[in-house]
Amino acid sequence: MVGATDASSQEVHHCGGCNADGNGKFLHPTPMLDELESGPWPSFISGFKGLAERTKKPMLRGVMDQLEYSYNTKMGYWKGGLVTVDGYGAGIITRYSMIKDKIPEAAEFHTMRIQPAPGLHYNTAMLRELCDIWEKYGSGIITLHGQTGDIMLQGIEQDSVQECFDELNRKGWDLGGAGAGMRTAVSCIGPGRCENACYDNLKLHLKALKHFVGVLHRPEWNYKLKFKFSGCPNDCTNAIMRSDLAVIGTWRDAIQVDRDEVNAWVEKKGIDGLVNQVINLCPTKAISLKDGEMQIETRDCVRCMHCLNAMPKALSPGKERGISLLMGGKNTLKVGVNMGSLVIPFMKMESDEDIEAFIEQIEEIIDWWEDAGLDHERIGETIERVGLKQFLDGVGIEADINMVSRPRDNPYFKAPY
Amino acid sequence: MSIEVNGVNYEVDENGYLVNLEDWNEDVAVKLAEGEEIDMGEAHWDLVRFLRNYYEEYQIAPAVKVLTKAIASEKGLDKKEASEFLYGLFPKGPALQACKIAGLPKPTGCV
Repeated sequence: MVGATDASSQEVHHCGGCNADGNGKFLHPTPMLDELESGPWPSFISGFKGLAERTKKPMLRGVMDQLEYSYNTKMGYWKGGLVTVDGYGAGIITRYSMIKDKIPEAAEFHTMRIQPAPGLHYNTAMLRELCDIWEKYGSGIITLHGQTGDIMLQGIEQDSVQECFDELNRKGWDLGGAGAGMRTAVSCIGPGRCENACYDNLKLHLKALKHFVGVLHRPEWNYKLKFKFSGCPNDCTNAIMRSDLAVIGTWRDAIQVDRDEVNAWVEKKGIDGLVNQVINLCPTKAISLKDGEMQIETRDCVRCMHCLNAMPKALSPGKERGISLLMGGKNTLKVGVNMGSLVIPFMKMESDEDIEAFIEQIEEIIDWWEDAGLDHERIGETIERVGLKQFLDGVGIEADINMVSRPRDNPYFKAPY
Repeated sequence: MSIEVNGVNYEVDENGYLVNLEDWNEDVAVKLAEGEEIDMGEAHWDLVRFLRNYYEEYQIAPAVKVLTKAIASEKGLDKKEASEFLYGLFPKGPALQACKIAGLPKPTGCV
């Protein structure tokens, strides 16, 4: 509440009671926010204004007033709390205003996290239903998708939450994860629309989701745990950085080479192109020219995907496909940012039995973590604290030469957050 | 804010949690439970007492996993069943409802 005290001592702008404003417009003047519309990029402020003028929802006006006030005082005024729906311990992110006496219209602006479909495949009918229900009970503001992977429905009051959820749920939507439990999983578009997918990550996502749905809604672990399912080592979900359990498609035989397509590519881009854009950029120097033909030394290949991305028709993943499991990716917490470390180098992921074996292995890992982990400690931190050997012994995985702490470098390195 | 039980006023915070831990008694618990639309049965009382004992010993509300483990071992359930049992008693979750009825402070963090 320090912020609120500070705020009241600041000079207040136009919005004292939120009723005083002329010129017949629904919204109050927001000169600071208006500046955001002046740049070259589309502004969320324009979206807010359009939505507010169309729907005349007081909470939208309140949120803009509060944000304008925040811009003036350089302070944030949202605080958390507890709101859930029946049978659920997670899924609603509460936002109460600390200055509701100043701006009563923004007193509550909770977020509902809604689980996306695997691969983010929707049909327009479902999205229309979602939008209609959301505009009926909430503010109408949607983020597709938040950093958690959820559809974020932003802005609802506590009294409407249960009814809104019930109606969404009847249409097939469910709340996402929050708190110290399984979180909403994320998958790339996978074999649905991508030729590089090395396993059916959409199916695995769905199976894992169904298996862990209980602890997603009723969190009871040390801390959060996130799955991400990437179809290939391009890792379009950023699994290696952003998930505790990064399931990434891979192969363990040779890259498949279509000689005709290679020749067609070379004809178009020239041998210089092959040398400069592909061979010289292979991080492990696995590619060479032999008698004018491209040769890939499979044992040197680290599946960085560069040559496959550069020559999409000519090269494709090997035939013996499966997944790698990397664990421990996360942002700064007790220790700094971590990328995942390779824990299971290769696992087949074709039959239902493969999927069952995978989920059983994950269960064993979670059981270990529940006992060995401290409160508020991500699984990667637990492993780092007790040592990889202790972890492997604890979950019954044999140590393997392929478990390296830095499975790849630059392509996955992003600007610090 | 306050609630009145047997002619005595007890101070509660804006979310309805007791401000003073020592104000708690079973009548107050019943009153708090009414606010949550919970009819206190023997299983509810067991859990509330467990929470209070735990809090007295450790000065902190137990993690949910401690709670479900205790229920699982006492009732001979597996973890999943214990979790469902817990939410059967307190539909809006142990943090939101059980702690409130037990007179413990509001749990922090994004529970």
